[in-house]
Amino acid sequence: MSIKVYISRDTTAVSLGADKIVAELERQNENIEIIRNGSRGLFWLEPMVEVDTAKGRVAYGPVQKHDVESLLASSFLQGASQHELYLGLTEEIPYLAKQQRVTFSRVGVIDPVSLDDYRAHGGLTGLEKAIELSSQQIVDEVKDSGLRGRGGAAFPTGIKWQTVLNAVSPKKYIVCNADEGDSGTFADRMLMEGDPFCLIEGMIIAGLAVGADQGYIYLREEYPVAHQIFNEAIEVAIAAKLLGSNVLGTGRAFNLEVRLGAGAYICGEETSLLESLEGKRGMVRAKPPLPAIVGLFGKPTVVNNVLSLASIPDILANGASQYQGYGVGRSRGTLAFQLAGNIKYGGLVELAFGPTLKTLLEDFGGGTRSGRPMRSVQVGGPLGAYLPQEQWDTSLDYEAFTAIGAVLGHGGVVAFDDSVDMAEQARFSMEFCAIESCGKCTPCRIGSTRGVEVIDRICNNEQREENLELLEELCDTMINTSLCAMGGMTPFPVQSALQHFPEDFNKQANSVTEAAEHA
Amino acid sequence: MTELASATDQTATLNGIIESHRHLEGPLLPILHSIQQVYGFIPDPAVILMAEQLQLSRAEVHGVISFYHFFRTTPPGKNTLQICRAESCQSMGSRALEQQIKQRLKVDYHQTTADGEITLEPVYCLGNCACSPSIRVNDQIHGRINMDRFEDVLDELLTVAVEVKL
Repeated sequence: MSIKVYISRDTTAVSLGADKIVAELERQNENIEIIRNGSRGLFWLEPMVEVDTAKGRVAYGPVQKHDVESLLASSFLQGASQHELYLGLTEEIPYLAKQQRVTFSRVGVIDPVSLDDYRAHGGLTGLEKAIELSSQQIVDEVKDSGLRGRGGAAFPTGIKWQTVLNAVSPKKYIVCNADEGDSGTFADRMLMEGDPFCLIEGMIIAGLAVGADQGYIYLREEYPVAHQIFNEAIEVAIAAKLLGSNVLGTGRAFNLEVRLGAGAYICGEETSLLESLEGKRGMVRAKPPLPAIVGLFGKPTVVNNVLSLASIPDILANGASQYQGYGVGRSRGTLAFQLAGNIKYGGLVELAFGPTLKTLLEDFGGGTRSGRPMRSVQVGGPLGAYLPQEQWDTSLDYEAFTAIGAVLGHGGVVAFDDSVDMAEQARFSMEFCAIESCGKCTPCRIGSTRGVEVIDRICNNEQREENLELLEELCDTMINTSLCAMGGMTPFPVQSALQHFPEDFNKQANSVTEAAEHA
Repeated sequence: MTELASATDQTATLNGIIESHRHLEGPLLPILHSIQQVYGFIPDPAVILMAEQLQLSRAEVHGVISFYHFFRTTPPGKNTLQICRAESCQSMGSRALEQQIKQRLKVDYHQTTADGEITLEPVYCLGNCACSPSIRVNDQIHGRINMDRFEDVLDELLTVAVEVKL
């Protein structure tokens, strides 16, 4: 029997040389079976190589091509501990052991395109249960779980499903929003690359729940690896009759297709996404009508984020109450936090809602990668507020973040060290909005451009007080009159930067101080 | 004559692409992706053909192409290099890195190097944010990029290109 070795085919692992390790191992040793799994999300240890042993999987990392020879010489294929890259049993690595992996329980464990492996790890149990239930019972289960949309808006998933179930129409759609455009986020990608059948299963269950027989996954073009792996999984699912005209012999149909975006951030907004799927410019639609009633091609449509849909199989398999048992207040279940930016131990941390941001940054993140003091953290993507150290004690749940004028969003956490120029960050928020605005509403289209100009004037000390007032007014207008969250939330990072880091918004004064320091 | 022949070839190819996607719901984006995959950009004649066959106006088709950053209407270089400009990469020094790469390649964004090898484009997030800064070369993403690693990527890319020529 050859020895099983796991090396991830996840984007990040490959971006750090995983394919080269595979080639080198295959060249030096023929008696191994290499399984290309997803990533465990311990990204500072990638490329990580895991060896299957009697005690469990033993990990080594981060492995570079030149390490392969010494690894083989140290009998790492038997799980030996003497090599300096030895990490012990993967499951016992504290970063992983301290997490509550629910949605990500199989990611990095299984071969993503093996349906047998998926089944062997509890896959399809949720679907099999759903098949026994009525549509209303499935929707009730999702409602009871307390699951809220994981894309960022946190709208209760069960209520959305109920609206679509109640809508009378011969045609309904399930649309998965996989346009994960927020900087600092990669959880959708990891799930699609590491456990694609979980998303497929979630979408089929959604179809059974609301009476839809067609699903679309709107995937961003910037994710070529996820595109490849997910399409492989769909082919396997079709061949196994999990997808198609007769799902698992039930007589019910469900078809699934991946559609690629084309580099427009705004298409992560659900109505813009629907326009794009219809083959149009991704212009935001006014709401109401809600997509649940008038959605794709005018038909009732469930639009859910990847992680919302991927949470469904577990909820059905293990029951709503178990999922509901995680979390605090009205934030139930787990959230996949993504530690990114200037952070020592970057990766995916799935936790029940409730610990503090500080726990995440320090206990998991280990501080900055640069080793300098951490100064600011942006949570929830480019539309999320910048948080100063005073706010890091905030509990990681939707309500606590709303209370401080911040958002959890899709769970992305981007850390910055003390070399950051917060005025530059605020300016970028406006600049990004100007580049990515769909242009339909004026506050977003014009406001963002004016925002860049006003911030420049403030930094250059041109009529400082008047321009600060003008910026406040502009932010207020954008927040209250924009059609969607793009224009409506772009002011959050700007205002928070200005409020907590005002000293950065004065270039002349700063250059005088710097000159004095150098003198 | 050759030009005429190649124009006919192009029309046939384009019609083939459009025809093979017509059964899809909302076929325009898949068609555009497919055309760009074959040609590297969306050639002008394609706009007319898509408009005719999908019963859209040319303005509508043009409007869709121009809305999306990814679609281009001029040929790119042999390789496309994207530098991530988003926050996570900024926190790891991407602002300096993009300046250095621009200087190294002697081009700005949306331009192609003099030898036609590389077209430089900005991108807003590659989902590799735990290992910033990141770049993408064609379909290959590279993490934790600094100028040393960038030179290695470049070497590998240009060496492969030469081998293909032989």
